[in-house]
Amino acid sequence: MSDTTQNGPVLAADGTPLKRSLAKALRMQKIRALMLIAPLLLFILVTFILPVGDMLFRSVDNRIVQEVLPTTVSALETWDPASSELPGEAVFAALAVDMKAAAEAKVHTKVAKRLNYENPGLSSVFRKSGRKIKKWDVENEGPYKERLIELNDGWADIELWRTLKTYSGKRTMGYFLNAVDMKLGAEGVTVRPEDERIYNTMLIRTMRMSLIITFSCIMLGYPVAWLLANLSTRSANMLMILVLLPFWTSLLVRTSSWKILLQQQGVINDVLVWIGIVGDDNRLVLINNELGTIIAMTHILLPFMILPMYSVMQTIQPTYLRAAKSLGATNWTAFWRVYFPQSVPGIGAGSILVFILAVGYYITPALVGGTKGTFISNLIAYHISTSGNWGLGAALGAILLAVVLVLYWVYDKIVGIDNVKLG
Amino acid sequence: MADASNNDAFVEFERVQKSYDGENLVVKDLNLIMPKGEFLTMLGPSGSGKTTCLMMLAGFETATHGDIRLGGTSINNIPPHKRGIGMVFQNYALFPHMTIAENLSFPLEVRKMGKSEREAKVKRALDMVEMGAFGGRRPSQLSGGQQQRIALARALVFEPELVLMDEPLGALDKQLREKMQFEITHLAHRLGITVVYVTHDQTEALTMSDRVAVFEDGRIQQLAPPDKLYEEPQNSFVAQFIGENNTLEGVVKEINNGVALVQLDDGELIDCKPVNVSKPGERTRVSIRPERVEYNKDRLSEGAHTLKAEVLEFIYMGDIFRTRLRVAGNDEFVIKTRNAPDQVRLKPGQQIEIGWLPEDCRALDA
Repeated sequence: MSDTTQNGPVLAADGTPLKRSLAKALRMQKIRALMLIAPLLLFILVTFILPVGDMLFRSVDNRIVQEVLPTTVSALETWDPASSELPGEAVFAALAVDMKAAAEAKVHTKVAKRLNYENPGLSSVFRKSGRKIKKWDVENEGPYKERLIELNDGWADIELWRTLKTYSGKRTMGYFLNAVDMKLGAEGVTVRPEDERIYNTMLIRTMRMSLIITFSCIMLGYPVAWLLANLSTRSANMLMILVLLPFWTSLLVRTSSWKILLQQQGVINDVLVWIGIVGDDNRLVLINNELGTIIAMTHILLPFMILPMYSVMQTIQPTYLRAAKSLGATNWTAFWRVYFPQSVPGIGAGSILVFILAVGYYITPALVGGTKGTFISNLIAYHISTSGNWGLGAALGAILLAVVLVLYWVYDKIVGIDNVKLG
Repeated sequence: MADASNNDAFVEFERVQKSYDGENLVVKDLNLIMPKGEFLTMLGPSGSGKTTCLMMLAGFETATHGDIRLGGTSINNIPPHKRGIGMVFQNYALFPHMTIAENLSFPLEVRKMGKSEREAKVKRALDMVEMGAFGGRRPSQLSGGQQQRIALARALVFEPELVLMDEPLGALDKQLREKMQFEITHLAHRLGITVVYVTHDQTEALTMSDRVAVFEDGRIQQLAPPDKLYEEPQNSFVAQFIGENNTLEGVVKEINNGVALVQLDDGELIDCKPVNVSKPGERTRVSIRPERVEYNKDRLSEGAHTLKAEVLEFIYMGDIFRTRLRVAGNDEFVIKTRNAPDQVRLKPGQQIEIGWLPEDCRALDA
């Protein structure tokens, strides 16, 4: 190479710079490594990254209003929503043109649905008017303001126009505000009236119950993991099968069996009544409330706590405990000062796993949670499959994702993610 | 520590037995008395019961039968943390989540010692093993040899009178191991502590100990100072296990005046010292150390029995020559000679005659 001097980069035997030579030598290896992971990469991209990206996009997407009512949106630009007067004839004329085109393409219901989320009742105004406007000759039949109001007096409601103006942009914070019990109106962001608030309570309940479930899993799982790590191989294998058994049973079956056990006429109450601890007319309410969800989910998520703990405890040599005792520590001190600190990475890994799984859990709270023990995920499912408000569902999902990421970040700052061991 | 109590029993094993499964005895009838300040090594192949003995003394295993006493009191029912015995483990067992200073401070903290006193003792212990600058580090940041020193310092920091060491040098390379062997013995003698040291390395046992207990099959085969152990092994196992050894098999012909006449299996006769043979007709295994074999006729005593030998291999090892011979049908007969200017270097194929002093040739059990 002519551009390298004696003072230049280190050269390989043939005169090319060593760095380039090395990169060339490693290129084939890198390509081969990439080929090996390519199927998985593609799979993750298609089934995970793209859907999550789409969800995040939907939570702010508001293009439908501009697409369906383009001329109305531009005509509204000059109207001041703070004024108490309805928009002028030009806006109504634009609306008539847009509505006729939309009704012919049968898309006016979409915008009706969208605006109905923000201002319940708007849907019917759009739907009813759409059917009629389709027959109008929008070129020369004016004035539209009177005709539209005559058609449906909903058009005379200034709140309709304020809503339309507020949600005319391509992007909106509406879904997110909705998801935290707030509202974007003409007068800016406001908190929803008390009887409309639901999501904050749900989010806080989801977090609180997930924490309780995680904590219960730690308390129940730690001794089991310790036994697993310290029993003889044969007994440990037997115990391991018992731990894994729930994995091999259908989630639905396990949850349903909890229903049988916990209901008021169920096994547990029957036994308690039979022993005489609980009166027959005073049976415990163990299901269709928070307690039911906590019990069932702790059971279902327990293996996810035990396995990481076990894998960490397995690496703690028994000589540490012996050393501590030989140095004068009692059994408890030896455990607390020497064994426990070394098992913390396992607790951390298990807790992250259980908490993240719990926060997004759906089936179990839906089956045993009643109304008081459901999670935010049950609301997300409702919006995705029943109400059809995908934007709100996406916003709630995005908030959940953000909360998990923030917790993960906090955990990394406090404990250090390097200390988490899953195996 | 040279007072009258020095000869008193400090550590005692009396008829101690240990079984894990109720069918086999791992330790069979162990009797051992150690005076204060002694450095005793338990030496033996793996599975010979030496580590079990150490663990019983530390309190991590309970004796199935018998009595273990420390300073005159039985410790069978005292839990390990109340025995006050220091212990160095094979893999050091330094607590990975604590710094070096915290590791050393741990035994003092559990003894509820004040902070300033703790700090002074930790510093002194670290200086003792020349690791004074490492107090703030974590065990994983130290080399094997440094971890070894810390483990030693931690076992000594609370000033126990008895320290147990379970193959503490096993993980170190040869040079470092030799250096640490001397450091440990010097330290032990300087502090006047009693040490029970477990190893399967016989060189380590010989160089470090006041006395060595050779374990095999759950029993002490011989308990003696290193030189006695090497020069006067009491049975074939000890002779084989300690140092290099040549064995020839044969039958005792007669025993007269402390000399046994042994007829080897190929018919030749040699003189031996009877150690554990008692009557003519018994089969015996004759043991001779390689460096006690002589092939220079001038140096052999008059009338000594000699054997014909064929040189098979000559290995130059620097300080010594190692020559492999075929003697009385045994191809693995080895002699060692010092590399001196007048020393003859034997050549493969050469026919020579070898001999030895009758007291160097010991007739042991078959």
